[in-house]
Amino acid sequence: MAEVTLSGVTVRYGTTTALDALDLHVPDGAFMVLLGPTGAGKTTTLRAVSGLTRPDAGEVRIGGQEVTGLTPAQRNVAMVFQQYSLYPHLTVRENLEFPLKSPLLRTPRDAMAQKVTRVAETLQIAHKLDNKATALSGGEMQRVSIGRALVRDPVAYLMDEPLSSLDAKLRADLRIELKSIQADSGATILYVTHDQIEAMTMATHVGVLDEGRLVQTGTPREIYEDPVSIYAASRLGLPRINILPADLFGTAPPGARSIGLRPEQIRQGEGQDARVTRVERLGDQTRLHLNFRDHDIVTVTDPHTALRRGDVVAIAPHRPFFFAADGARIRA
Amino acid sequence: MSYSVTDPSPLSRWIAGVTVVLYAMITLLPLLWIIATGFKSPEDSIAYPPKVIFEPSLEGYVNLFTTRTRISEEEQATPPPAETWYERIAREQGQSIAGPSRYGERFVNSVIIGFGSTFLCMVLGTAAAYAFSRFRVPLRDDLMFFILSTRMMPPIAVAIPIFLMFRQLGLNDTHLGMILLYTAVNLSLSVWLLKGFIDEIPVEYEEAALIDGYTRFQAFTKVVLPQAATGIASTAIFCLIFAWNEYAFAVLLTSGTAQTAPPFIPTIIGVGGKDWPAVAAGATIFLVPVMVFTILLRKHLLRGITFGAVRK
Repeated sequence: MAEVTLSGVTVRYGTTTALDALDLHVPDGAFMVLLGPTGAGKTTTLRAVSGLTRPDAGEVRIGGQEVTGLTPAQRNVAMVFQQYSLYPHLTVRENLEFPLKSPLLRTPRDAMAQKVTRVAETLQIAHKLDNKATALSGGEMQRVSIGRALVRDPVAYLMDEPLSSLDAKLRADLRIELKSIQADSGATILYVTHDQIEAMTMATHVGVLDEGRLVQTGTPREIYEDPVSIYAASRLGLPRINILPADLFGTAPPGARSIGLRPEQIRQGEGQDARVTRVERLGDQTRLHLNFRDHDIVTVTDPHTALRRGDVVAIAPHRPFFFAADGARIRA
Repeated sequence: MSYSVTDPSPLSRWIAGVTVVLYAMITLLPLLWIIATGFKSPEDSIAYPPKVIFEPSLEGYVNLFTTRTRISEEEQATPPPAETWYERIAREQGQSIAGPSRYGERFVNSVIIGFGSTFLCMVLGTAAAYAFSRFRVPLRDDLMFFILSTRMMPPIAVAIPIFLMFRQLGLNDTHLGMILLYTAVNLSLSVWLLKGFIDEIPVEYEEAALIDGYTRFQAFTKVVLPQAATGIASTAIFCLIFAWNEYAFAVLLTSGTAQTAPPFIPTIIGVGGKDWPAVAAGATIFLVPVMVFTILLRKHLLRGITFGAVRK
């Protein structure tokens, strides 16, 4: 396993700039999750590390060694794609053996069988080994796809939304599985997702990307509790952070344009009155949609709340975030 | 994408069945007639009204593969014993076999030139189609149009320049010359067809193979080629059929060593009257290789029809 470092990496597709002089450091053994909306450059970052995309500028280092000009095979990284890209003309077993048979590894036959069996058991696909890859369900295909990365001992794993096409139960299982594989093997993983639960539960590090630039890195808690901007604050948290005019609740620090309130930053039962417009019962939590001085606020309340539409509840901000006009955080 | 599939009604099944049988009869009848004529005697082959029931004879096949001399009256009175079945058939016509005809050589020429040009066309066509499909080739669209434009006139329109060129290069009446010519004519078709097939193969498969530790060329042979097998098979059939049946260039550019079967078969007519059974026999044998080739590859053709049915 090894650390991965990108410095000043720029990738352009025609006139659009996918990565804009990106600097990113993934420490050895880290599970780094990249967050950002579509087009932020998450997938392009993975492609630049894997070697599928050659950067127009900048350099990529893996384990301290410069690999910018090397082919994907020479970099010895494993990648799980967003769409299950199993080789359709091969069986599940042949798909899992494929990286082991490569000129890079040339694994002996019995070692190969051993590895394939072990990975197939971990991913619960042992009974499907002799099926054609095309005869699997979507979830099974994606597990084989993950398995194809796990049979190797690469210097780093790159995963592009590997769980997004799976159902909730399987996603929960694989989340734990991937996390324990990473913890046991000390693997370096660079992981792209939209799913905040994946980011919060698996990541040791989170990188927030915005239009090809890294705007913040840190642990999931740091990103959540100490975001540098509205953009970074909006990446994590369900329901999303409420962004309101800075002086809505009273005085604001100089230069502040907006106030950011996560549900736990809104105290209920004290302060000024807001009207309940909707109560959303999700089972484990209940969301409260409020209207406060013509602004909509979404927060969370007791699952067994007696509040109903039209009721009035007092709210007050508690250690809120303040942001300047350009979205940057203003620290008190 | 989802499809709604309903079972066809008995009536539509019946109509479809009758249509297929009728169409098969219309297309197969001339073929059956040629095969039948090959087994007729010369008299039966030109009988009017045409004979559907006849006494089969191998005269046509014997005449196709041999050259014969007429034997004189005295020799007929005291014939040397006929040693083989084909000698006996020749004797019945008052002839004696002098040696083999040139049909065998011409047939072998057809095989060498037909399959040789098809093979070359597949190798070059797949490589070019892959490059056009996957890489940012400068002026790609213009080049693709240029390749297509070579097909916009009948190939025979350039017969005279090609004839002069071949004479200068010493390619007249050579196997190499004919293989190069048919490859050049077929290449535009094969590049276009194969590019379509390769475009359909998602690039993610190759990227996965590259990351799995393979080189670009290995990814091509291990991942792209197996999936393009359908397209390669059907394109190969098209190329072979053209090269196999080609007549005009063969007449113009070959006369001896490299002559293919199509220009040779009509020359049989001239030998000792109109020998239709021998012509028909030549045509029948000539049909066999393309039929066998198509039957061998038909598994891939059928797969090609259902290829789009899997989820992308």
